[in-house]
Amino acid sequence: MCLAVPGKVLGVEERNGTRMASVDFGGVVKEVCLEYLPDLQVGEYAIVHVGFALQRLDEESARRTLELFENLGMLQEEFGDPWEQAAAEAGMNGGSGADGEPAAVRGQGPDGAAAAGEVLR
Amino acid sequence: MKYIDEFQDPELAARLLDEIRATVTRPWALMEVCGGQTHSIIRHGLDQLLPDEIELIHGPGCPVCVTPLEVIDKALEIASRPDVIFCSFGDMLRVPGTGRDLFQVRGEGGDVRVVYSPLDALRIAEENPGREVVFFGIGFETTAPPNAMAVHQARARGIRNFSLLVSHVRVPPAIEAIMQSPQCRVQGFLAAGHVCSVMGTEEYPALAERFKVPIVVTGFEPLDILEGVRRTVRQLERGEHTVGNAYPRAVRPEGNPAARAMLDDVFEVTDRAWRGIGVILDSGWRLSERYRDHDAEHRFQVGDIATLEPAECRAGEVLQGLLKPHECEAFGTTCTPRTPLGATMVSSEGACAAYYLYRRLELPARAETTAPSLKESSVV
Repeated sequence: MCLAVPGKVLGVEERNGTRMASVDFGGVVKEVCLEYLPDLQVGEYAIVHVGFALQRLDEESARRTLELFENLGMLQEEFGDPWEQAAAEAGMNGGSGADGEPAAVRGQGPDGAAAAGEVLR
Repeated sequence: MKYIDEFQDPELAARLLDEIRATVTRPWALMEVCGGQTHSIIRHGLDQLLPDEIELIHGPGCPVCVTPLEVIDKALEIASRPDVIFCSFGDMLRVPGTGRDLFQVRGEGGDVRVVYSPLDALRIAEENPGREVVFFGIGFETTAPPNAMAVHQARARGIRNFSLLVSHVRVPPAIEAIMQSPQCRVQGFLAAGHVCSVMGTEEYPALAERFKVPIVVTGFEPLDILEGVRRTVRQLERGEHTVGNAYPRAVRPEGNPAARAMLDDVFEVTDRAWRGIGVILDSGWRLSERYRDHDAEHRFQVGDIATLEPAECRAGEVLQGLLKPHECEAFGTTCTPRTPLGATMVSSEGACAAYYLYRRLELPARAETTAPSLKESSVV
């Protein structure tokens, strides 16, 4: 969670008096708070950390950094299922959490972002 | 990946390395502060590509790693309460407290939930007015503003069942502590890029001047790190000690003013213990008096929990750059991602985890035969 990940703003809206955006991180879309970058516009890129846009970034830099983080497996860590990850770390074969879904060993699924997209819906 | 032709821009990488080789005339020890940079360095073999004169020392820049054991124990205590929904970032689940971790607390019936953002925890509080919702607020200057916003909004919207267990840390006092240590070998710093995206660079000139040490703000990509090294080494060779910014596309001198203003409103500077290191003066934040109602430590009266850290884990030395992970006796044997002694082996940004993941084949035979297979590693 220490890493901030670049993402592209897809849409902006006001919610509970807070400026929020849907942001695309290489295929995974998350809700992001724009209170610290209130003038960020649709189509722009920003560095996002734990659901907050913190600084603008140019498109080329954003794409390259996203590619790097994906190669390092960091997108999977950021957006994958943490209970499955924890279960794999603990050496458990199944029963990752209350839902009883089997735990997956990290890195065995499809590529990080796509797999995370499945998890996040 | 230790071959330069696998870099995104191999020509630029080769040019940077040539420039560094042409500049360096004697040994220099540089510390990269950020755990993300450590992983990038080890993953890409940058430490091996650089000339032998340049040693990269891994600093205390992993928020999970530096969260002290007693704070984990406080989290475990609160998370075990039946009236509590305990929310955390996912990378805290397997960090060992005394005897167990949050993952086990959930297995024992505790309502532990992982959130992506502190605002998700606030939403859970809003949806569960009859329960106490506690968010585990750890992290450096990058994470503190989002957590501050959650508390600020809780107060503004009258959400009273939301509180924060705060263990935020600040980088500049850590740099100060490292430089003041009699064992310090660090001669230059690669400062953490995303911390500076928030805080800017204004805190560093006084440190650079006081300790006569160059500080260059650096990003995470291999080329960013090589550029940070190049600029730091150039300063060292010239006898300079200024603050440089090798990550200008994400770091402005003033940082993010709105985020800094929120930090000033919600938090106040306090002394903080760092896991394996001990208390560093003024190195953290706690909630300021006006937000004390949202301080989980007060609300659940866990302030008196104090825990001694196990002697067998040498993470403190690793975090201060005094010991390389693989030089630890426990590394890869009694300490693995599955059975971690300390957070540096658990965290995805921990130095020990980076060495375990990327340097396994270079381990001594002792560790080769006893460590679990790569497939079982948490960081694969």
